[in-house]
Amino acid sequence: MNENPVTYWDEMKRHGYSRRDFLKFCTWMTAFIGVEASGVGKVVKAMETKPRIPVVWFHFQECTCCSESFIRSSHPIVADVILDKISLDYTETLQAAAGKQAEEALHSTMKKYKGEYLMLVEGSIPTEEDGVYCCIGGRTALDIVQEAAQNAKAIIAWGSCASNGCIQSSKPNPTGATPIHKIISGKPIINVPGCPPIAEVMAGTIVHLLAFDRIPQLDGLGRPKAFYSRRVHDTCYRRPNYDAGLFVNAFDDENAKRGYCLYKMGCRGPVTYNSCAVIKWNNGVSYPIQSGHGCIGCSEAHFWDNGPFYQHLASFPGFGIETTADNIGVVVGAATVAGVAAHAISTNIRKRKLIKEGIENGSVTEKKGGE
Amino acid sequence: MERVISERVYVWQLPVRLYHWINALCVAALAVTGYLIGRPLAVQSAAEASYSYWFGQIRFIHFVAAFIFFFNFLFRIYWGFAGNKFAQWRNFIIHRKSQVQEAVDVLKIDILQTQSKPLESVGHNSLAGFTYFITFLVFLFQCITGFGMYAAMSDSWLPHMFAWIVPLMGGDFAVRQWHHVMMWFFIIFSIIHVYLVFYHDYVEGRGIISSMAGGWKFIEKKK
Ligand code: HEM
Ligand code: SF4
Repeated sequence: MNENPVTYWDEMKRHGYSRRDFLKFCTWMTAFIGVEASGVGKVVKAMETKPRIPVVWFHFQECTCCSESFIRSSHPIVADVILDKISLDYTETLQAAAGKQAEEALHSTMKKYKGEYLMLVEGSIPTEEDGVYCCIGGRTALDIVQEAAQNAKAIIAWGSCASNGCIQSSKPNPTGATPIHKIISGKPIINVPGCPPIAEVMAGTIVHLLAFDRIPQLDGLGRPKAFYSRRVHDTCYRRPNYDAGLFVNAFDDENAKRGYCLYKMGCRGPVTYNSCAVIKWNNGVSYPIQSGHGCIGCSEAHFWDNGPFYQHLASFPGFGIETTADNIGVVVGAATVAGVAAHAISTNIRKRKLIKEGIENGSVTEKKGGE
Repeated sequence: MERVISERVYVWQLPVRLYHWINALCVAALAVTGYLIGRPLAVQSAAEASYSYWFGQIRFIHFVAAFIFFFNFLFRIYWGFAGNKFAQWRNFIIHRKSQVQEAVDVLKIDILQTQSKPLESVGHNSLAGFTYFITFLVFLFQCITGFGMYAAMSDSWLPHMFAWIVPLMGGDFAVRQWHHVMMWFFIIFSIIHVYLVFYHDYVEGRGIISSMAGGWKFIEKKK
């Protein structure tokens, strides 16, 4: 295999895809990763000539929704070729091997492709109690990650768990769930948050690595700019209703039927960076807002702690779940007005006495009318 | 007891007064529009979205006021170095023993209502100055978080200078939440501030209310 490496195109042919399908796939991927049309040739060439990237895919504290999303990518080539058929050397959920065999597959890949393999991590890593909350084959996730990261070419953190901790790290975070970028340093790490991330975003990130041999442009939080530079709100088709001040006030009101903006129902679109409104889900069928439910901000850090989901403002820390900053503000404001009023009354009583004394001893002059 | 003879002192220069009123107008506009942004009116309507743009306008006013507020604030910082002694930055930080003493005296006047001897300071008393220092910090916080959010919808360099706050606070949600919470600081500050100005005018008789319009205060003449 080393003498004559198998390319993606070879593998696609073997799966019975036509040249036409292949070119369509490449064009489509180029568009997704935000490369201009002239870049199609580059992607095609890479898929034709570059050997497949060896991939190890780890599963730690997660629900596998990222894998589920990925294998449901709208393009069959993604699942067929990039994922399970040829590229994946190790993944707990999809591989046929189990137990000792699986461990061997992992180790031989890491040895054979030292410095070349791509490490994909799904799930957060527990750090409390030396990481005993997640063990595979008798070793902690922490241990495994540290070993595998050493010789990885790059790391992709799949989903919110691996990129920001997701639900496992929400308060009080009993297992000390930690995203990968806080554990590993000195390696390129790409965060692909979302619960789950959109399949096309996942595929696009891999294709970018493959075609250009370097990691895509990332934003301040390590996310590929091509997919995470805009807020859901900026691309939402309900946005004109937002600007016009037409809001749904209850899920069963007339405004909801008319498809107005879900801002007042707690929509997190204005604070969430993702491509849901553009790429959408399930072959571009829909996305939460299109289906009548506000965005819950699943690709943002701490989105579980920013609840309740159906309120614009989060509940204020330390107060009841329904208490927002506005409730507290109104109470404190009213108390201030009351305090000020009481103060004014006592001042008046005192000052009157002072003025009277002043007039009596001559230090204050009082002008009488007609004087 | 003798009669009190007052003397006129020019305390607040025109730039300080202008700053004050521009700031007051901006804060009022920002708090009202900000509140509406956080909690828009519930309108039941069958209108087409293309028909109106009121929420967009509210936001527009917020952003225009925000820019004025920001540059006005920068100007005041400059004037803290360029202005007269009452405008100097030193008035806002308690660093001398006499200032500590004065802050205690002010608390006695304001809360215990016991002291009635005139204060040393002619400009800001040291406690007031310090409170304004705190408000400057909150101004700064509102500007950083506000422009940090604004960066997501702008290409210009100014907002992007503050974009670092978003990862620092853990995401746009937290930035927005705390930006909202701080609105209440402005509201409560304004209630107390306006009241205390009236109160000091009343008990001290130095014309503090009109001083922010004409610039003059009237202090007891020293013999
Ligand atoms: C006196 C100072 C200010 C007050 C009281 C204030 C208040 C508020 C409030 C209450 C909100 C609503 C937050 C929510 O969604 O719940 C808001 C939103 C916002 N404010 Fe301010 N603000 C102030 C200054 C600024 C400044 C200096 C900027 C700078 C550009 C700014 C930019 C914004 C932005 C971008 C939003 C989000 C609007 C949107 O996305 O629709 N604010 N403000
Ligand atoms: S539904 Fe949500 S994302 Fe869409 S315009 Fe309204 S607030 Fe923004």
